[in-house]
Amino acid sequence: MENFKKLTKQPLFLPIFCMILVLLINLIKSPAFFSISINNGVLYGRLIDILNRGSEIAILAVGQTLVVAVSAGTDISVGSVMSLSACSCCMLLAGYGNNSVSVLAVPMIVGMLFGVLMGGVCGAFNGALVAKLKIQPMVATLILFTAARAIGLLLCNNQITYIRYEPYKYLGNFFPGCPIPTPLFVAIVVILIVGILLRKTALGLYIQSVGINGRAARISGINSDVICFICYLVCGLCAGIAGIVASSRIYSADSNNIGLNYELDAILAVALGGNSLGGGKFNLAGSIIGAYTIQAITTTLLAMGVSTDKAPVFKAIIVIIIVVVQAPAFKAYMAARKAQKAQVKEAA
Amino acid sequence: MDENLLITMRDISKSFPGVKALDHAQFTLRKGEIHALMGENGAGKSTLIKVLTGVYSLDAGEIHVAGFDGPIINHSTLEAQEKGIATVYQEVNLCPNLTVAENLFIGREPKTKLGTIDWRTMNKRAKEIMDGLEINIDVTIALENYSLAIQQMIAIARAVDMDCKVLILDEPTSSLDDNEVEKLFKVMRDLKAKGVGIIFVTHFLEQVYAVCDTITVLRNGEFAGEYTVEEMPRVKLVAAMLGKDFDDLASIKKEGAGHVSDEVVVDGKGLSHKGTIKPFDFEIRKGEVVGITGLLGSGRSEMVRCIYGADKAQTGTLKFKGNELNIKEPLDAIKAGMGYLPDDRKADGCIGDLSVRENIILALQARNGMFKKIPISKQNEIADKFIDMLQIKTASRETPINQLSGGNQQKVILARWLCTHPDFLILDEPTRGIDIGTKTEFQKLALKFAEEEGMSIVFISSEIEEMLRTCTRMYVMRDGAQVGEISGEMTQESVMSAIAGGV
Repeated sequence: MENFKKLTKQPLFLPIFCMILVLLINLIKSPAFFSISINNGVLYGRLIDILNRGSEIAILAVGQTLVVAVSAGTDISVGSVMSLSACSCCMLLAGYGNNSVSVLAVPMIVGMLFGVLMGGVCGAFNGALVAKLKIQPMVATLILFTAARAIGLLLCNNQITYIRYEPYKYLGNFFPGCPIPTPLFVAIVVILIVGILLRKTALGLYIQSVGINGRAARISGINSDVICFICYLVCGLCAGIAGIVASSRIYSADSNNIGLNYELDAILAVALGGNSLGGGKFNLAGSIIGAYTIQAITTTLLAMGVSTDKAPVFKAIIVIIIVVVQAPAFKAYMAARKAQKAQVKEAA
Repeated sequence: MDENLLITMRDISKSFPGVKALDHAQFTLRKGEIHALMGENGAGKSTLIKVLTGVYSLDAGEIHVAGFDGPIINHSTLEAQEKGIATVYQEVNLCPNLTVAENLFIGREPKTKLGTIDWRTMNKRAKEIMDGLEINIDVTIALENYSLAIQQMIAIARAVDMDCKVLILDEPTSSLDDNEVEKLFKVMRDLKAKGVGIIFVTHFLEQVYAVCDTITVLRNGEFAGEYTVEEMPRVKLVAAMLGKDFDDLASIKKEGAGHVSDEVVVDGKGLSHKGTIKPFDFEIRKGEVVGITGLLGSGRSEMVRCIYGADKAQTGTLKFKGNELNIKEPLDAIKAGMGYLPDDRKADGCIGDLSVRENIILALQARNGMFKKIPISKQNEIADKFIDMLQIKTASRETPINQLSGGNQQKVILARWLCTHPDFLILDEPTRGIDIGTKTEFQKLALKFAEEEGMSIVFISSEIEEMLRTCTRMYVMRDGAQVGEISGEMTQESVMSAIAGGV
């Protein structure tokens, strides 16, 4: 019991516990969930599916974790920014006004970088509003939550722009000859870059300091505004990258559907990762496990025959449980109950 | 009960976990009296007022209010209001987006026969009330259009219109300028003429002498005395607040100051920050320990915050080791070689959830820059060195700082600055709220660093003995301005009369 309690105090306990729980349910319900086969030279199976589809959420979760830590708020624009990034990329590749091309107007890499850059611009915009103008994060990011998708639609001339150019599909699907889905590699690269940035520089310490006590951080020589801005910028870039991956997956820019509701999954991933939505200390690994856990839940629900439009109900239940368990009022209640029980025991 | 008495509080005691906030405190308020409630920080002024207005319950003692038989107890501020006791706090507790009239009548709006708000009557009565206070303003526009003083006055008007017999003003003047204060005083005198009893809490001595009739001094939660203003010259008042009688003021032996060199480290001229501190000069030499004295709220902290750049200096020039320095952010000051241990440890010092190690290396890391991360092994080495040197009591260097006691937290923050090897270190109330042993340690440390490392140190403390023991020179602050400088043979008496000013 004592050991178990220690275990529950581990920072990664919550995300890993949730992940194992989801996998256990699947193990009981349908062992076929775990089967992996090779079809047409690529890996195939539910688990692969989770790693594949969960990668966009994982990329978003990386940025979102930093935003939550530094500002105790969430960036709710990431889903829309994904869409804008995808549209910017496809618009440039296809040339404005074309809705289906098989020959690119500019080199593919230019279009993709442009899409990521647009994500960065959105992040910088959010960052300026929150860090400099001190607007509440949710209100500040609400602007692009509504606007970014619409801007994307304008860029694509109100239509779905298809890039029927084979290499464009690689990023969101498979590289020829590689059996592992490419999005997983993209996620790993993003995680590595941010992870190294946090490990090799003092950024992680700065972000936590600003998130816990911005005033004290400033007195100690940390430029709180700049740190806050950087976090939003990174979050925007992550959304940009996730947008390109999502676009490549369907080799098109569908501004109405790319990244739809992804901001919720990203925030949920952060919470599920054991990070306090009140900011401060954070754990990137937790968020990433959280992201794949969410995809596992989604995939599980689909496997069980729950339709896509009903899946959010179950996700909502999970969110409620996590938020309640983290709430100070609940913690106080549990502590009081425990004390009461101890008292009763003593009396007996 | 005497006809003239409005409130009598007898033997009031109130404890919080670990602290006795009030210990048999007394307070009496009469009709048509402006009564100053004085005392240093933590003397129990706020607690006494909160007990009276029902914010806190009392442990022992009796409160009598005119018109009520027997002792009364207020369970909420609403109950206190119903008994005619109204409070106006330092922060204006009104709604800035509502009109003046709405603010005056919120919760008790005049109604028409249909039960809707009678705007016409409300605005008319609001106008009458404000005219009565000789404040000529448009009551139909939002409160936020008016200055803080007017807002403060409206808060008072609201209290008065609710038929209050007792008005409590809890530091209402700290955000007002001289003109605005004068206006407030006029209102206070008018109310006094109408027989309202006013309890006035302030840190500004000048204001006590300008407007008050009676002074009650609290000290460490105990009643130190009630005096009329006439019988209480400033020096005696300061002595009463600090708890020192002139007779037993032994002059304290000054330790040698032979190590002070002639090299001027900081030379500030005409520095100021609007709203907090009026222009001041500041100079400190290598190895010197300088004090800044004055009552709480006199501008001690504001002065050093302005030098350090925590509040950016808006006027004046600052030379650091001979070079002109333009400090925009604390980081600029740190890079130049300054350190600042803030007085509000919790709000400005500790990064709560971070470990002792991270809290110690924070400023050093900030000075090095984000991309030059101090290697973990080096961080551990620094942390261990200071935990050992300052004898910080912590389970380990990875323990979150908020699990440490106050004194040990303060040592961690001190370590944060010592590891940057500053040439100029500001210690703002380093010993507040920590035990006697640690206090002495801090004083010794300050002297040691000045002597052995040639550090220039500013030492600010509410306890004069502490400053006498450490400082060779003191700047004197009063009411947000620098009013003088004392040096040479300093005694408790000379310092106190300097703080009190005038006489």
